[in-house]
Amino acid sequence: MIEEKHVLSILVENQPGVLSRISGLFGGRGYNIDSLCVAETTEPHVSRVTIVTRASKQIIEQIIKQLHKLINVMKVIELTGTEFVQREMALIKVNAKPEHRAEILRIVDIFRAKIIDVGLEHYTIEITGDEDKLSAILSLLKPLGIKEIAKTGIIALSREPKIV
Amino acid sequence: MKLTGAQILMEVLKEEGVKTIFGFPGGAVIDIYDELAKTDIHHVLVRHEQGAVHAADGYARASGGVGVVLVTSGPGATNTVTGIASAYMDSIPIVIFTGQVPTQLIGNDAFQEVDIVGITRPCTKHNYLVKDTKDLARIVKEAFYIAQSGRPGPVLIDIPKNVAATKINYKPPKKIHLKSYNPTYKPNIRQVSKAASLINDAKRPVIFAGGGVVLSKASKELTELAQKTKTPLTASLMGLGAFPGTDPLWLGMIGMHGTYRANMSTGACDLMIAVGVRFDDRVTGKTDEFASQAKIIHIDIDPTSIQKNVPVTIPIVGDCKTTLGQLNKLLDKEDLGDLNEKRKKWLEEIEKWKNTKPLAYAQEKVIKPQYVVEKLYELTKGKAIITTEVGQNQMWAAQYYHFDKPNHFITSGGLGVMGFGLPAAIGAQLACPKKLVVDIAGDGSIQMNIQEMATAAQCGLPVKVVILNNSYLGMVRQWQELFYEKRYSQTGMEHAPDFVKLAEAYGAVGLRATKPEEVEKVLKKGLSTPKAVIMDFVVEQEECVYPMVPAGAPLTEMLLV
Ligand SMILES: Cc1ncc(C[n+]2csc(CCOP(=O)(O)OP(=O)(O)O)c2C)c(N)n1
Ligand SMILES: [Mg+2]
Repeated sequence: MIEEKHVLSILVENQPGVLSRISGLFGGRGYNIDSLCVAETTEPHVSRVTIVTRASKQIIEQIIKQLHKLINVMKVIELTGTEFVQREMALIKVNAKPEHRAEILRIVDIFRAKIIDVGLEHYTIEITGDEDKLSAILSLLKPLGIKEIAKTGIIALSREPKIV
Repeated sequence: MKLTGAQILMEVLKEEGVKTIFGFPGGAVIDIYDELAKTDIHHVLVRHEQGAVHAADGYARASGGVGVVLVTSGPGATNTVTGIASAYMDSIPIVIFTGQVPTQLIGNDAFQEVDIVGITRPCTKHNYLVKDTKDLARIVKEAFYIAQSGRPGPVLIDIPKNVAATKINYKPPKKIHLKSYNPTYKPNIRQVSKAASLINDAKRPVIFAGGGVVLSKASKELTELAQKTKTPLTASLMGLGAFPGTDPLWLGMIGMHGTYRANMSTGACDLMIAVGVRFDDRVTGKTDEFASQAKIIHIDIDPTSIQKNVPVTIPIVGDCKTTLGQLNKLLDKEDLGDLNEKRKKWLEEIEKWKNTKPLAYAQEKVIKPQYVVEKLYELTKGKAIITTEVGQNQMWAAQYYHFDKPNHFITSGGLGVMGFGLPAAIGAQLACPKKLVVDIAGDGSIQMNIQEMATAAQCGLPVKVVILNNSYLGMVRQWQELFYEKRYSQTGMEHAPDFVKLAEAYGAVGLRATKPEEVEKVLKKGLSTPKAVIMDFVVEQEECVYPMVPAGAPLTEMLLV
């Protein structure tokens, strides 16, 4: 079976244990989680969970149905296959030897990233974009020496005018 | 009204109509037990918390209602896990109350603290930790609703000691409203009408019924469908009794130990109407070849059951009873033609399978386990509630006791828990005090919850235990015989207790048969004794259950006697 990437947007009741129910479901049934993001929406009792998973057609159907079956899950939207926007943010701590600083600044400029922290021997870069953009900047920075990295995982919204 | 959490709990239990609770006390639930003693609710003191959950399971199934369990924190809670997992697999409505350490101690590794909500998350339909007494009534009401609606299942509520002890101003909760939980009862009518026309077109249809039919109380509608369309019917282990086992259209059970004709019919049918089933691997054998010539209509209230293991032609999400009712109505409007003519060839073919390879055994010098079950069926006229342990005993019960009514066969189907049958029989007997309740047991399984004999004796429950004593963990031995060249690694049960004396020690009656001619006598005596009875039948040690489809083989490739 061919596995494809799927982005799921899940609205859940903001209750203790909801996240364990979701991650437990994925773990217990052997589904993949590539990334998972969760935060409150404008309604404090509702949170949005964005999950990126890889699955065959049959399994993604199961995943969606199994998620629905959780009592605290209000809505499951599969964004893949629809019009949607997605972003990921990364903080990248990169070696900044004097001879490399100009190069780093140039890269940051090209990618419309930002330097948000400066040390004696490092810069910390903030960048937002889709997966391709993030992996492109990483491949350019890598030869300079990346000390640490933190990524958020993907968040996404439908482009439909109505609220889904 | 100022009430403590424990008092509020009693109020809600009364409102929910709870008459019986299975439980075992401890420090964290003393406040609740203190209040319980002031109510009319009948508390059954089990001897092990696993027994409480199986008993609640048996009670729920025999009564068609909900079972209730109350245990303490820590070990009391962890002891319930096997019972909960079994009820979850079989979709049985149970509400389990566990005590918990006081909220301010949670997370501190306090004495008898365990994260039971975390532990049972994957084996409950839903679970709760009550952090504030003011949430208690609402949560309990939600739990009873969730347990019994949609696809039923166990719901656990963890109640910290201080939540039970705290007094608050109590207002009975309004009608509960769960925003994100709405089971689909009504099917999509277009799907139902597509199903109706497939049924009309079919030449070799088979109905396959499962536990969902029993749970949704849809036997009448199912029987109507089979008879109206002259469609032969098979069932999973969980579906036994959903359709009369004495009806000429009955094919017997499907699956690994299903009948020859049921499995052959599955292989040959051109339409399978699957109702309230989940296509477990013990049913399907090799899934690629399961009903490979057939279009499949699948009716189930749980969307995740559909397209999970087997691809289907017409999926219908809905309650079995409602959906079958609508399907029957649509079929009434269709011209089904001359069914006698239309089904003649198909039913003849099935009759041939039935006659060539019937369920059979030869009763020789040693008692055959099948003979005991057959005699039990005869003597009880098929009217007893049968619970089972797990293994060969369970399969022989399923094959040789014929069930005409639902809620009469109570077995741990999905999880297959040895030790299920005796406590389940206790629960069933409490739900149906006038009925004869018999646990068909193995010598291995019965030892897993034998302590519940004390519960039966204490409550004066006349449950009957029929041990098919082969001195082996027979089903595992059978696999070793057939697939591991008779290497009987750790399946001998040489050192069993004397079950007759053991019964007596518990204040019950013990009887034994060692020869075929004693079987009937012992059964008659045991069944007519108005007390708990253990009947020990010393049977053929190396008897196997046939037919058998080796795990992963196609259903039609059965090993036969
Ligand atoms: C709690 C538990 N442990 C292990 C098993 C695996 N198992 C399945 S059947 C069986 C043998 C049961 O022996 P017995 O109760 O004597 O029944 P028999 O098959 O001999 O009729 C075993 C060990 C199980 N189903 N449940
Ligand atoms: Mg045995």
